[in-house]
Amino acid sequence: MKVLSIVAAAAATFVLSAEPALAGRDLDQIKQRGTVRCGVQGPSNPGFGVPDSQGRWGGFNVEICRAIAITIFNDPAKVEFVPVTTQSRFPALSAGEVDVLSNNTTWTLTRDTNVNRFNFPAIVFYDGQAIMIPRRLNVASARQLDGATVCVQPGTTTELNIADFFRANNLRFTPVVIADLDELRRAYDSGRCDVFTNDFAALAAQRTLLTRPADHVILPERLSKEPLAVTIRQGDEELTNLVAWTVFALIDAEEMGITQANVEQLAGSSTDPRIRRLLGVEGNMGESIGAARGDYARTIIRSFGNYGEIFERHIGVNTPLALERGQNAIWTRGGLLYAPPAR
Amino acid sequence: MDRIAPALPSFAVRAAGFARACVSGPVNIGITVAVIALLAWAVPPFVQWAVIDATFSGNAQACRAAGGACWAFIREKFWFSVFGLYPYEERWRPALMLVMLVALVVVSTFRQFWNRNLLIAWAVAAPAMLLLMAGGVLGLTPVATRLWGGMAVSGLIAVFGLATGYPLAILLALGRRSDLPLVRWFSTALIEVVRGVPLISLLFMAAIMLPLFLPQGVSLDRLVRIILAYTIFSAAYMAEVIRGGLQAMPRGQYEAAEAIGLSYGQRMRLVILPQALTITIPAQVNTFIGLFKDTTLVVVIGVFDFFTTLRAALGDPQWLGFPTEAYLYAAFVYFVLCFTMSRYSMRLEKSFKPEGAR
Repeated sequence: MKVLSIVAAAAATFVLSAEPALAGRDLDQIKQRGTVRCGVQGPSNPGFGVPDSQGRWGGFNVEICRAIAITIFNDPAKVEFVPVTTQSRFPALSAGEVDVLSNNTTWTLTRDTNVNRFNFPAIVFYDGQAIMIPRRLNVASARQLDGATVCVQPGTTTELNIADFFRANNLRFTPVVIADLDELRRAYDSGRCDVFTNDFAALAAQRTLLTRPADHVILPERLSKEPLAVTIRQGDEELTNLVAWTVFALIDAEEMGITQANVEQLAGSSTDPRIRRLLGVEGNMGESIGAARGDYARTIIRSFGNYGEIFERHIGVNTPLALERGQNAIWTRGGLLYAPPAR
Repeated sequence: MDRIAPALPSFAVRAAGFARACVSGPVNIGITVAVIALLAWAVPPFVQWAVIDATFSGNAQACRAAGGACWAFIREKFWFSVFGLYPYEERWRPALMLVMLVALVVVSTFRQFWNRNLLIAWAVAAPAMLLLMAGGVLGLTPVATRLWGGMAVSGLIAVFGLATGYPLAILLALGRRSDLPLVRWFSTALIEVVRGVPLISLLFMAAIMLPLFLPQGVSLDRLVRIILAYTIFSAAYMAEVIRGGLQAMPRGQYEAAEAIGLSYGQRMRLVILPQALTITIPAQVNTFIGLFKDTTLVVVIGVFDFFTTLRAALGDPQWLGFPTEAYLYAAFVYFVLCFTMSRYSMRLEKSFKPEGAR
């Protein structure tokens, strides 16, 4: 009997200690370790996350991670970048190899719920399948593309979406399917097809590699929704808040016209209560989300600028990717970026 | 010792023989013409692209303007392909490590150095190299293994994995032919299970699944887990090659060794293994080369090996669009390394051949 009760007690202790549902456990672990582990797309993702010739990571997604490190530690250097592939990203996140995924992961229902149990605190980029055509075709809408030849990668949702789109609009098309993206681009460039389709950001990157990039346009239609969000494990509300309000601060700052250049001046002299709250001059927004300092947003903007500045620096019109803001503009300028108010 | 190798015919004689063979008979003439046509078709455009129109320095704009091969891109990314993500200021450490590694490997290829001292040198150098890379001692800044990359990490994984895998392979091969059922079953099971799954899934298990099974608080560095997985994988493959050699030994060798009263260890060490390993050199090198190239698979679990650094370099927004150059460079490096291994194995084979044998 005695032995049995000892075994039972031991088993109970084991079960209790293995109980994972402690609030904030991921954040606690990050703080204990002293760095946040951020999964970025490996080997590289032009403009979004890529190591330079000296082996330093840079790019849009990389700066989102550095901003999160500022919120947690008040130090953009306290982040370890872990390259993940599209195959390894979810197992890596589940197993705790990374704390945060910032690698253009699309927020979908199955990833959010019972299958993977992830959380998507904030969308950082609105992507979607788009269509590129040569400018000389003089086509304004994809609905005028009846009978077109379409360059598309096989076995992807991209292929299914384009078929759906043409069928829904009662249009005919001939697919040219090539698995390798570089080969596919060459086929389009040499005129083997009239239309090149892929996700918008990828398509824009491919456009830079054409013989005459300026001769090609990306049509305004979006054939699918690909909201790319920062991804974390489910079950840590504090980390969720912290990541969400890091991204929201970047968006709010752009909306309020706070930039890297004027953030210090605004923090000192602005009388706008919204700006004063966001920059931590008044109120306790920083403490509420568990940031290292109340003025975390001010530090982030001083280091990297607002959402728009980060966007323009890495993927905007003046970069080789030449992405227009489009859906990724602030809501007041016709885009989809809309952050809850910081109050 | 005074056996004189028959002198090779002079170059002129060999060249004349070759030329005659090219035009002896209609079939050979046809083949010669076809080969010349193929070369005439392929070589000038390649030379035009790779040399005449090529850009050797400058930026991507200069490359695009010139239209030829962009070797400036390889030049820009060369050191990145050697060191990967290792912190820029600390690059001298993997550089020194690579020098030590290459020196040790080169020394180890000479048979006259195959003695106890070489083993001691390896035993001292291996931890020294790892400490040099990892830091945290003697005032060296700690560098997490996830930042190790490029040729440095490819070399480490290949050399350490194959060097520790080889003795393990011998043990497994002997184990599989052992008279003790438990040893035999264990060796057979390990070999069959490891050979039955792709390396990629073993690496995946080691990198991502293994931490889930380890007890709380126990953590093995990811690179160590990867090298372990790679070691076991290479041991399983190599074990089968060596077993082939063991089985090819005439039964008389075993019986004769036993008859003169040698123990099991002596029989294997003095009689069987030296012969079995020698006759399987070509198969062993074949496996070595295959395993060496398999190191590129570590990219799936996020290790920036040599090949991965090149693919990462392809994504640099300033240098988009030069995949041909990058892949040619990678192919060249792998070819040089594998071809060296292959030539070395031929030399080794010859040096093991009994006198007079051809």
